[in-house]
Amino acid sequence: MTRRYSALSLFREGLANQTGWEPAWRSPQPRKTYDVIVIGGGGHGLSTVYYLARNHGITNVAVLEKGWIGGGNTGRNTTVVRSNYYYPESVALYGLAHRLYENLSGEINYNVMLSQRGMVTLCHSVAEMEIAARLVNAMQINGTDAELFSVEDVRRVLPNYNFAPDARFPVLGGVWQGRAGTARHDAVAWGYARAASRLGVDIIQNCEITDFIIEGGRCRGVETTRGAIRANRIGMAVAGHSSVLAAKAGFRLPINSYALQACVSEPVKPVLDTVVLSPGTGVYVSQSDKGEIVLGGALDRVPSYGQRGNLPTLESVIAGLLEMFPSFGQLKLMRQWAGIVDVVPDSSPIIGESPLPGLFLNCGWGTGGFKAIPAGGTLLAHLLATGRHHDISRPFDLDRFTTGRLLDEAAGSGIAH
Amino acid sequence: MQLFPCPFCGPRPETEFHYNGEAGNIRPDGAQVSAECWAGYLYERSNPKGAAREIWVHATCQEFFVMERDTVTHQLAATQTPGFAEHAE
Ligand SMILES: Cc1cc2nc3c(=O)[nH]c(=O)nc-3n(C[C@H](O)[C@H](O)[C@H](O)COP(=O)(O)OP(=O)(O)OC[C@H]3O[C@@H](n4cnc5c(N)ncnc54)[C@H](O)[C@@H]3O)c2cc1C
Ligand SMILES: [Zn+2]
Repeated sequence: MTRRYSALSLFREGLANQTGWEPAWRSPQPRKTYDVIVIGGGGHGLSTVYYLARNHGITNVAVLEKGWIGGGNTGRNTTVVRSNYYYPESVALYGLAHRLYENLSGEINYNVMLSQRGMVTLCHSVAEMEIAARLVNAMQINGTDAELFSVEDVRRVLPNYNFAPDARFPVLGGVWQGRAGTARHDAVAWGYARAASRLGVDIIQNCEITDFIIEGGRCRGVETTRGAIRANRIGMAVAGHSSVLAAKAGFRLPINSYALQACVSEPVKPVLDTVVLSPGTGVYVSQSDKGEIVLGGALDRVPSYGQRGNLPTLESVIAGLLEMFPSFGQLKLMRQWAGIVDVVPDSSPIIGESPLPGLFLNCGWGTGGFKAIPAGGTLLAHLLATGRHHDISRPFDLDRFTTGRLLDEAAGSGIAH
Repeated sequence: MQLFPCPFCGPRPETEFHYNGEAGNIRPDGAQVSAECWAGYLYERSNPKGAAREIWVHATCQEFFVMERDTVTHQLAATQTPGFAEHAE
């Protein structure tokens, strides 16, 4: 059996007619009890179980996914990875994720195709340039690799942009993060699942949590479509469905669920080798390794659990793209889709014990949690293993909505994604 | 494009409307409101999957109304003029 992925094993398997590969992860029947269970097999749930085993040696663990792993937002996202946030608390969180991503492929022996191609956030007015200068200063003080770009710098990285004198969204400059880029979404889910499975964690798919087992005021397990499963500690990372499960556990969350959509064009030759975000048009865009132009924008304006997205937002995203890159008007769209994202008033995640003791939360990533997967998993694993906050997760506890210590990144860094 | 029914103007495109919050989220009153109670009012939401009662405003005529709809199918059930106690904000 070939377990390790390498150029040599690929070569050997080629000679052996590809007969020695084993499934990337085991799919056992769920046991009746575990030390820890994690609900939700997206990137955050899967990285949590991996770090439980890797960092804390806790391997009597299952991750329970109602569909297939990575079939939620993780497999639907546009894969931008960056850490150019404003508040020091956020920089600690997203910086940790960014550093872990940089070593992830080697660590889990799975190529997540991290491509640090750089990202530019455009400024379309003098006022935006002022704010950009302030943001870049704050980021540099916090140790993030941010640079203030002039219009010449933007021209250098985005030769296709609409720099015409009558352009509706003229560019004055931008904020550059050179270490930002993209990664392959499925590979992040599958790679963590494979690495966790090899450390002894059970990956259970097609297993929907329908209720919680609550005894003596504590969460003791879950009812599922595959029977009751008990555990001492339970983690929950179900993104847009957090409120639905919270209602079953007897509490409410500061979350609204919305559809966030994206689309891709037909694949074309390389034309765009960075990630671009324009707060003016509300559009962000990159080109995938396959050549597709991948684009997305703002949330749909109607609160929704309908995993499809509506027409007005799609229209404004495409209109915005064509203002930025008129030549893209020749492209045909291949696919459009949406994921249900968990939007929090201060655009920062919620990590910590829930109002139901024994149940721990990792949610509220909204439109931007792919970039945070390695950190979200590290921090939820720390909570589940020790029962206490990691220093980095403490500010993101649910209690900030009572104390008023919000971390308003929508206002701070002005970027939704 | 979905049409939403404004009680004042009739069916209009969804882009003319703005979501204003869950119906029945009533502002706490009095001198002794706890921080938990404020957090409940300001931030915590039921965020239902399925049947929902919501306050919407038709931005063009400024009519506020309650819309009952399904958050999965987006099917509309009913619209009403809100009672005083149901006004969000
Ligand atoms: C269109 C789009 C573009 C995005 N672009 C970016 C981007 O460029 N960069 C970025 O950083 N982020 C982006 N995001 C956000 C990012 O995708 C999410 O924040 C992140 O993937 C959340 O991961 P997760 O593991 O928490 O959730 P998910 O991947 O959604 O996983 C949650 C899982 O829980 C499961 N689940 C739900 N209910 C139950 C239940 N009752 N029982 C069992 N399992 C259940 C679901 O099936 C799902 O698989 C984007 C999102 C979308 C939709
Ligand atoms: Zn009207």
